[in-house]
Amino acid sequence: MSPEFILPAVNFQCILPQILLSLTALLVLLVDVFGLVKKANALALITLAGVVFATLTLFSGTGLQETAFSGMILVDGFSFFLNLTICLILILTILVSMNYQQFFPGINSGEYYSLLIFAAVGMSFMAAAGNLILLFVALELMSVSIYVLVGFHKDNLRSIEAALKYFLMGAFATSFLLLGFAFLYGATGTMDLLTMTEFIRSNPEVLSSGLFLSGVLLTLTGLGFKISMVPFHMWTPDVYEGAPTVITGFMATGVKAAAFAALVRIFMVPLGSLPIDWSMLLWVAAVLTMTVGNIIALVQDSIKRMLAYSGIAHAGYLLIGVVAGGELAQAGILYYLLVYAFMNIGAFGVLALLGKKETEYNTLQEFSGLGLKYPVLGLAMAVFMFSLAGIPPTGGFMGKLYIFSAAIKSGYVWLVVLGALNSVISIYYYLRVIVVMYFQESGAEDVAFPAPSPAITLGLGLAAAGIMILGVFPSYFWVLAQNSVFVPM
Amino acid sequence: MFDLVWLIPTLPALGVLLNGLLGRKIEAANKSLVHWIACSAVGLSFFLTCLTFLELLQLPAELRLVEFTWFNWISAGEFQSYWAYQIDPLSMVMCLFVTGVGFLIHIYSIGYMGHAEGRYYRYFTYLNLFMFSMINLVLANNFLLMFLGWEGVGFCSYLLIGFWFGNIDNARAGKKAFITNRIGDFAFLVGLFLLITHLGKHGVWSVNFTEVFSHASALPPGIVTAVCLLFFIGCTAKSAQIPLYIWLPDAMAGPTPVSALIHAATMVTSGIYFVTRSNILYQMSPLALQVIAVVGALTALLAASIALTQNDIKRVLAYSTVSQLGYMFLGLGVGAFSAGIFHVVTHSFFKALLFLCAGSVMHGLANEQDMRFMGGMRKKMPVTYLTMLIGTLAIVGFPGLAGFFSKDEILWKTFASGHVLLWMIGVFTAGLTAFYMFRLIFMTFFNECRASREVQAKIHESPRTMTVPLIVLAALSAIGGYIGVPHALGGSNRIEHFLEPVMGTGPGKLIAGGEHLAQEAAHGAYHPSLAVEYLLMLLSVAIVLIGIGLAYTLYVKERERPVQLAERFSGLYRLMFNKWYVDELYGLIAVRPLHRASLFLWKGIDVLIIDGVVNGLARIFGWSGTWLRTVQTGYVQAYAVSLLLGVAGLMLYTLFVLVP
Amino acid sequence: MLLEYIPILYLMLVAIGFGVITVILSSLIGPKKMTREKAASYECGLPSEGFQYFQTPIKFYVFALLFLIFDLECIFLYPWAVHYNQLGLFGFVEMLIFICILLVCYVYVWKKGALEWD
Repeated sequence: MSPEFILPAVNFQCILPQILLSLTALLVLLVDVFGLVKKANALALITLAGVVFATLTLFSGTGLQETAFSGMILVDGFSFFLNLTICLILILTILVSMNYQQFFPGINSGEYYSLLIFAAVGMSFMAAAGNLILLFVALELMSVSIYVLVGFHKDNLRSIEAALKYFLMGAFATSFLLLGFAFLYGATGTMDLLTMTEFIRSNPEVLSSGLFLSGVLLTLTGLGFKISMVPFHMWTPDVYEGAPTVITGFMATGVKAAAFAALVRIFMVPLGSLPIDWSMLLWVAAVLTMTVGNIIALVQDSIKRMLAYSGIAHAGYLLIGVVAGGELAQAGILYYLLVYAFMNIGAFGVLALLGKKETEYNTLQEFSGLGLKYPVLGLAMAVFMFSLAGIPPTGGFMGKLYIFSAAIKSGYVWLVVLGALNSVISIYYYLRVIVVMYFQESGAEDVAFPAPSPAITLGLGLAAAGIMILGVFPSYFWVLAQNSVFVPM
Repeated sequence: MFDLVWLIPTLPALGVLLNGLLGRKIEAANKSLVHWIACSAVGLSFFLTCLTFLELLQLPAELRLVEFTWFNWISAGEFQSYWAYQIDPLSMVMCLFVTGVGFLIHIYSIGYMGHAEGRYYRYFTYLNLFMFSMINLVLANNFLLMFLGWEGVGFCSYLLIGFWFGNIDNARAGKKAFITNRIGDFAFLVGLFLLITHLGKHGVWSVNFTEVFSHASALPPGIVTAVCLLFFIGCTAKSAQIPLYIWLPDAMAGPTPVSALIHAATMVTSGIYFVTRSNILYQMSPLALQVIAVVGALTALLAASIALTQNDIKRVLAYSTVSQLGYMFLGLGVGAFSAGIFHVVTHSFFKALLFLCAGSVMHGLANEQDMRFMGGMRKKMPVTYLTMLIGTLAIVGFPGLAGFFSKDEILWKTFASGHVLLWMIGVFTAGLTAFYMFRLIFMTFFNECRASREVQAKIHESPRTMTVPLIVLAALSAIGGYIGVPHALGGSNRIEHFLEPVMGTGPGKLIAGGEHLAQEAAHGAYHPSLAVEYLLMLLSVAIVLIGIGLAYTLYVKERERPVQLAERFSGLYRLMFNKWYVDELYGLIAVRPLHRASLFLWKGIDVLIIDGVVNGLARIFGWSGTWLRTVQTGYVQAYAVSLLLGVAGLMLYTLFVLVP
Repeated sequence: MLLEYIPILYLMLVAIGFGVITVILSSLIGPKKMTREKAASYECGLPSEGFQYFQTPIKFYVFALLFLIFDLECIFLYPWAVHYNQLGLFGFVEMLIFICILLVCYVYVWKKGALEWD
């Protein structure tokens, strides 16, 4: 005898952007495999059109506050803001990818673009997930796509090595995540985030049970791996360095955004009422993450690897927001993720632009004199570096300001002091790029600067403009972020 | 029309973007496109301002305050600041002449800067950026946006003073202007912070003008005075008053149209604009007003006395600007705010005119600035001569011309409010003004030409793009005063009535808290009779005529006399010629001690202690970085182990420390 | 609650015990006479040929993976088939979409040449 089967309420409107993205991915795949278009950038343009269209449909869902698919999907400001961020990341990545063909012709294939989109769909479902199962599936969709993308440069040993490392470590960490989810389910009897929040509110004693805490810890491990939180960060530099540069930018921003979305959904809301000494754990993790990232970044000669370590440091700043808790900190995290998308993809985009045939330039020596030779490109890079260092009037400064002020409001003054000290350390290596660009004689005599294509001009311009807008006119997006915080319905 | 007010500053901003980003290419392709972009941007702004002004006139007087909020600019907690503009009589009057005079000077620059190859686009970019900042300054509806404009105009002034930075003196002059202005801006900012925090105590987290002024009565009087004085220090820097006027004469290093636009007509009057805008605050503090009046009068006198002996044509005009600004502050200080603004407007006409004429003369004389090598230009440059004569007559206050009405209005209000001593200084200064201005005219245009032969051969009247603005400005200098003919002369003083809604004493009562001030003013004022007013007017005209006559005797008829006089009063002459040694005094009491202290802080404290600590820390971080990176072996097994250890550590901590 | 799992524990003990005991018993009882055939590696009872460590063609894995993927997707058809009557037209369309997506992947794989052995 079969149990009664209840048809779930299906509301396609809620996942329309994701549906459109997936369709675009399939379309690109077919177009490529049938050889329907011959022009060089046609695939990228089709992808771009699809993504932009999906981004526009996002706006039809503004202001909604509901659940769909039996609570699997949360349609709220939080997912809107993150989806917007993820779509922006996708658009920027596609724009800078179009220029990357010179180093890596194989990138111009349907698989590349469809994998990018599938990864983004995974990210956006992570942001919208209201259920641990969906969260996990989305995470896997994202991760598997990115494993492949990291190793996409099949002729490059570093790329393959990075992919294998990332895959092995990722599989390892994911198993912890899954185990964590299982423990959480065991402790609370539900996979649904909202129900779990309710359950914890009515049974606060569960917070101190070993089963529950183990679940929390294992979940933290799994997500901490994705955001490269110390001590789960070891893979980051190798993978970021080995991956094709544009993919590094994509995963540094996109995966971080999605994983922080999950962290906020799980840790800041249902577990918002954890006892204080528990957040000490995150406190220590945040400080370690910032410090380790920054200190190792200090001694790097390769800008790409330096940015990889700085990615760890930025995860640390974001963790300050998670420690601080509260709606202000949530808004700060959202704002920071948006800024981070612009500045990091921008910086990696510049890296993806320079080099001789098949060899990218990304050591400091190769950057010397760049700012004087190519003033506009140098200026853009300077903007990205200033923003990453958090110097006003860039968006990076406002992002840090919002997160730090939320932490101060919650009473974590020392954490903010350490965060600020770390920013000071980071200024050294970010500004070193600028110093080398402007004050050193050009060393590499023939830094081939390919005529900038409209795509990369648009991409870098968009990124720089975004940073400046977020830095000088923060109000609009700050209010948007404040209206987008996740509050259980 | 009010909804389009954002276009007024945006158009010059677009000009900045176009010329700034693409200027080099545009100039290489077609030079005239550069000035077409710049001039049409400002011209359209002027046109829009006129339309907005006309629409404002349609409104009844008590409704003449329209605020246009463009977007939310900064929000931090309860504090909100908007990018918003305010259309009211004061901002419109300012904006009208700023865009109008600015437009004329843009056109003049086409001819004057024509030979600036390769930097042409840069010049117009800076000029447009200045217009953008200045329009923001006068149109802003809050302190913060106004301060953005305030800083912006200072920055552009720095860029333009040092425009020919190939010459180190020009670059130094730019630096001097910038640093002097920073001192003032610092005081200004402190005042603003004081105001914001104290208003915040009353729950008003806003820098909006109307809101601040309507809550100003809640502030304790001591705070108001402190705020007003701090603001005034900012104004003394921007508007070149004692003690921070020293940068303005040096600022003449910039191209002459810049001196006309920034250092005579518009930027330097922003201090007067600001005090007038904040008149509610200032009227609450009699002490601050007293200080302003005294500083204004003394500045007028001091600058005029220096101008007597200078030989550089632009420097004479620069000191005359300082002196005239002193008059305006005198007017503000005695509570005659609209008279001050009136003088700002007329002064912008005739001083811009005078500078442009001086530029025209220099243009014809191969950039000679020393009046001792000029002379006899009357015949060779008739248009310049005539327009400059009109400008001079206007500035000395010849009856019927613009300066007469506005200056006399200030002097009369000074006398009427009982400041007889200040009035005497003002009238004496008027005499000095007449003397040195006509000295300039006689030395430049009369007698024989003292320039070298090859220069003399090339003297020519300036091109049309330069003379047309001169003529327009001359016309304005001649008739500009009729917007404020006083009652005594049968006029109705229209500008005063027009500005009344903005003043705390006005009948419009747009601003709460103004009423009791109005009553006080009505009680306290001293009303001399009409006869006294006529008498004083005659007196000042007589003194002006004496000044002109004296100049004529000394510089046309008996030209050996000035040298004899200088010898007889050699002490006084040297004092005046060396600008009362103020620069040297500042060097002695402020700059050099500061320099020495800085040296000590640098060599002693910074290098030894602070750098030592910083470098030591940096080395520690460097070492730890080198050590930490060795952990990063590249072996995936090691990574997995670290992950595992991490998890184990977390678990142990939780289960054994947190749970029990 | 934990007591309910006791039978599983028993089962595990029995399984482990069986393995351990048989291995020990056979090593105790069995004759120990090493011959050449005995030392050779065991391969389906046939004598082994060639070198053991050779690379399997990647196509082999691709085939296996593709088979596995499409096979696994078929599992989704079972619950749908069981509830077909309740789900009705809506379920039918849903399943069509699902199969269409699979079909796209199939077409892709085919066009890419992954299904050809040579």
